[in-house]
Amino acid sequence: MTRQTALHAEHLAAGAKMVDFAGWDMPLHYGSQLDEHRRVREAAGVFDVSHMTVLDLAGPGARDFLRHLLANDVDRLKQRGKALYSCMLREDGGVIDDLITYYLDDGRYRTVVNAATRDKDLAWIRKQAEGFELDIAVRDDLSMLAVQGARARELAAGVLGGEDGAGALDLGVFHAAELGERFVARTGYTGEDGFEIMLPNEQAASFWRALLAAGVAPIGLGARDTLRLEAGMNLYGTDMDESISPLECGLAWTVAWEPAERDFIGREALERQRTAGGLRRFVGLVLEERGVLRGHQPVIVEGIGEGETTSGTFSPTLGVAIALARVPAGTGERCEVEIRGKHLPARVVRPPFVRHGRSCLDGQ
Amino acid sequence: MSQQTADLKFTQSHEWVRDNGDGTCTLGITEHAQELLGDLVFVEAPEAGRRVAAGDACAVVESVKAASDVYAPLAGEILSGNEALADSPELINQEPYGDGWIFKFRPDSMEALGELMDAAAYDAFVEAEG
Repeated sequence: MTRQTALHAEHLAAGAKMVDFAGWDMPLHYGSQLDEHRRVREAAGVFDVSHMTVLDLAGPGARDFLRHLLANDVDRLKQRGKALYSCMLREDGGVIDDLITYYLDDGRYRTVVNAATRDKDLAWIRKQAEGFELDIAVRDDLSMLAVQGARARELAAGVLGGEDGAGALDLGVFHAAELGERFVARTGYTGEDGFEIMLPNEQAASFWRALLAAGVAPIGLGARDTLRLEAGMNLYGTDMDESISPLECGLAWTVAWEPAERDFIGREALERQRTAGGLRRFVGLVLEERGVLRGHQPVIVEGIGEGETTSGTFSPTLGVAIALARVPAGTGERCEVEIRGKHLPARVVRPPFVRHGRSCLDGQ
Repeated sequence: MSQQTADLKFTQSHEWVRDNGDGTCTLGITEHAQELLGDLVFVEAPEAGRRVAAGDACAVVESVKAASDVYAPLAGEILSGNEALADSPELINQEPYGDGWIFKFRPDSMEALGELMDAAAYDAFVEAEG
């Protein structure tokens, strides 16, 4: 049986085309994915991301536990509300999931993990937590809305209203605050500014309606994917999974090697990979002919070897096909992608492709 | 049945075919098909002069989410692809039975055209397909 978020009736009322996503009945689009994509780039859109799993970790052992569990180091979080992006790894360095952790208070953290990986994440986290003194609470009582876009902060702050709105506008990038019953974070997944807002399920529908009334457009999962790909952000399950280490999916920057004595899960394996060298590069591709790139198409690098696209799409902002790809070490600026038996030329670039509505390709 | 589709024939793979009355036909994908695919962003039309057999995949339409083959309903020769789709694939979303046509072809025989569904049969087929 598919699960429904607290906003299910709102999606239907807004004319959504619903699809099964990781066991949840979620909106794919509300008419046109391309229009929704543009609305976010030009103004503001709201995504129901309540299917993601929110976990609260609290107790005297929470900090030490997270320093063991995550490849990034929560000790980098010095200010309350600061957020950290990290991978959660297996012993062999494979990525179990990518997640965001917020430092709420001493001994109190909030983590958001992917919907599709919920069960395996929870099992892994609970198993690893044995021996640490902390409680793990699954916050199914909370809904989560992402308000993203050029005008997102201004419009969302208006709906939050009064002191909460002002508090939200004061947030620095990648910071969050508990504002009454609502938790507001200046994070997102579109390459635009905006907020991710968690609030009690029973308040979700009225908040959603207020956002729509303020001129924020409802946006489905379809545009969420084209926006995140333009922003060069990884998607779990296609750009990375348990067979890939963060060093080969463009997430080496999220691994905190220092302090050297911090013993996080997967550290030894990553150190071995780093020492061995020859790691595949994770790059962006821009197709130079007409066509559409998709995930898992062969990438041919002349004189070097083969790789593959990990996710690809037609970029509505740039008007060309783009992809993320894993390619052999030593890959230069050019490659070819095999699409239906044809080899089409592509340029190798550094993601992101689009940031704050503007192309990042010029000058690369 | 709408006025737009009254003179068209339809396939189970959601193409429509118009008999142009001069030994040639025009083909596109149906309103229902474009709706399922969503926003179209790329069309690969067949080359003029190419011979196709009935059931051959001979064009590709790509939406933001997926690529989909377009099949030749009858054996024949491709005459031309719709060049306007190169710059404006969204014509298929906007006017699937008009400016969003995909290619013209000359069937070896028009007889098989009669075996395809008419608009009423196609509507019933779509409904049954759910």
